Amino acid sequence: MSGELLEVDHVTKSFAIGGLFGRGHFKAVDDVSFTLQAERPEILAIIGESGSGKTTLARMILNTLAPTSGAIRFRGAELHKARGRRQRLDFIRQIQPILQNPYEAFNPLKRVDRYLYASAVRLAGARSQKARDAAVDAALQKVGLSLAEAKGRFPHELSGGQLQRTAIARALISSPALIVADEPVSMVDASLRMSIVNLFKRLHDELQVSILYITHDLATAYYISDRVIIMQKGKVVETGPAREVLMHPQHPYSILLKESVLSPDDVGRGRLTVEPGEAAGQGAK
Amino acid sequence: MTPEPGRDETSADGPRPAAEEAPALSVERLSAYYMTHYFGVEREVRAVDDISLSVRRNEIYGLAGESSSGKTTFLKTIAAAVRPPLTVIGGSVRYGFLDRDIYALSPAELSAIRWKHLSYITQGSMNVLNPVRRVRQSFIDFAFRHMKLGRRAFFVAVEQHLQQLHLAANVLDAYPHELSGGMKQRVTIALATICRPEFIIADEPTTALDVIVQKDVLAMIRNAQQKIGSSMLFVTHDMTVHANIADRLGIMYAGRLVEEASTADIFTKPMHPYTAHLVASLPKIGELARKEALSGSPPNLSDPPVGCRFHPRCPLAMDACREASPALTTIAPGRRVACYAASPLARLIETTDRAAGAAPLGQSTGVPQ
Repeated sequence: MSGELLEVDHVTKSFAIGGLFGRGHFKAVDDVSFTLQAERPEILAIIGESGSGKTTLARMILNTLAPTSGAIRFRGAELHKARGRRQRLDFIRQIQPILQNPYEAFNPLKRVDRYLYASAVRLAGARSQKARDAAVDAALQKVGLSLAEAKGRFPHELSGGQLQRTAIARALISSPALIVADEPVSMVDASLRMSIVNLFKRLHDELQVSILYITHDLATAYYISDRVIIMQKGKVVETGPAREVLMHPQHPYSILLKESVLSPDDVGRGRLTVEPGEAAGQGAK
Repeated sequence: MTPEPGRDETSADGPRPAAEEAPALSVERLSAYYMTHYFGVEREVRAVDDISLSVRRNEIYGLAGESSSGKTTFLKTIAAAVRPPLTVIGGSVRYGFLDRDIYALSPAELSAIRWKHLSYITQGSMNVLNPVRRVRQSFIDFAFRHMKLGRRAFFVAVEQHLQQLHLAANVLDAYPHELSGGMKQRVTIALATICRPEFIIADEPTTALDVIVQKDVLAMIRNAQQKIGSSMLFVTHDMTVHANIADRLGIMYAGRLVEEASTADIFTKPMHPYTAHLVASLPKIGELARKEALSGSPPNLSDPPVGCRFHPRCPLAMDACREASPALTTIAPGRRVACYAASPLARLIETTDRAAGAAPLGQSTGVPQ
């Protein structure tokens, strides 16, 4: 297959705010464009603070929100024009989400394998029990788990890292071409975080999956991504190859972001000095 | 931001002169287990297992560890906020401002010292601020009783305090939902420091915040702590935050303290393999080397591995580690490590053992369990 895998074309999403009087619009995503090539899978990081429209963009790409203007095309077909169950399922098969908090992604009262089997049946078309088991086990193997470990377990019986791996395995069942990962490691423990990040890198290298890695963590973005997009208040302020942008940011906001990253190199006291007023000015939105 | 010159030397030579005084908090051999028995099945989750540490006056003691390593349980036990099934098995918790163990206090005495002498900054500030009342009301709820001021004088004091922390006084009239996450967290910090408590417990105060806001909030915590001269126990799993705020660091793993040293030592010369891994796996901008992740996952605390709790994941595991748990021993001034591989003595015992024959290692080391 050639051409674009995903094309985000001047997409804007605005939400109405206010009541009957003084109705206003708030642009959560403002004229964002980028493309992912099909023949060259890459890890694209979308970086920005909360409120910068990262998650809204992710939801539009996952087709749970329709853009106000502009179009999102997946393999040439416009996403929100998909009609009918069959066409929609087709998109769902190809674009899979991974959410921030694995404890919220799984219902605490249901066993985790239920989700895996449901995905196997609905998305991978596994009919017999044997085919389901095989599909689920294959996906779990890819993330370093096995069906024996996950079967019959409730979310609280797995560690955060295992649960996030299970969520990734669930996303892999339908062999997607694109994974949209919204802050996938921010709720995972420190000693397990790198295993998830390394897993993304491995999935990209071995399974040729494109990954949209949404994060506010510049350090992991630098570590795994090929290209970055930096967003501020719905607008793309800087984009380019990850190493270049993060080493030498040009836009003032990117520079501010990079300066705000706490580095383990600054061990010791006294680095956290803020001029009076700066602290007060930042928080008010 | 450029570092201020002249403020760095304190980190280099470790303990400050104030350390000679009585510590602000001293915890001795504290153990607290979750004891449950449902349907005839008795379970005991050793969330805090034999922890001893002390926090000096005027310092920020950072406690690092992943979730389910017992950090929050430890905070609950030192704040005497213990409810069944959590049970304190043994040990003592003494604060500098108290002449007795905190568990010797009556509930009334306890509620009198809370917030006045001992306050708490939580992770989710939404849990602290009443969502249906203005921020002003939260200040009244928490601090009015302790400040022992008239209503007008109280608000003058509150506004002064907000001003000191560079917050506008009009946040008092806002509802929590009108404030951004960072702003709410700042208000919570102001709320926690208004009574000028001697001791502040901060439980992951910046985890929910963005990088840009996080730095400011940390700076504000630092500022507030220095202004009111209190001591702080700062808990987070984020090592980069610890690098930037803590004076000393304790690393917890599976309910135990495995290493304690000054922040600079932890980051430059870690001695416990778990600490070494934590420090080495931190991704940095400008570094592309592959970061190895630790295999395995944290142990289940209701059924911890025999011996050192880290040994199933430890690259340096020896026979001794599988049999007995290493005690937290002082191996250099201000440094404590619980690892056989880190302590030269343990290594010596192991080599003599090997020379003597196949004597079981766990017994000959004689390390208390």
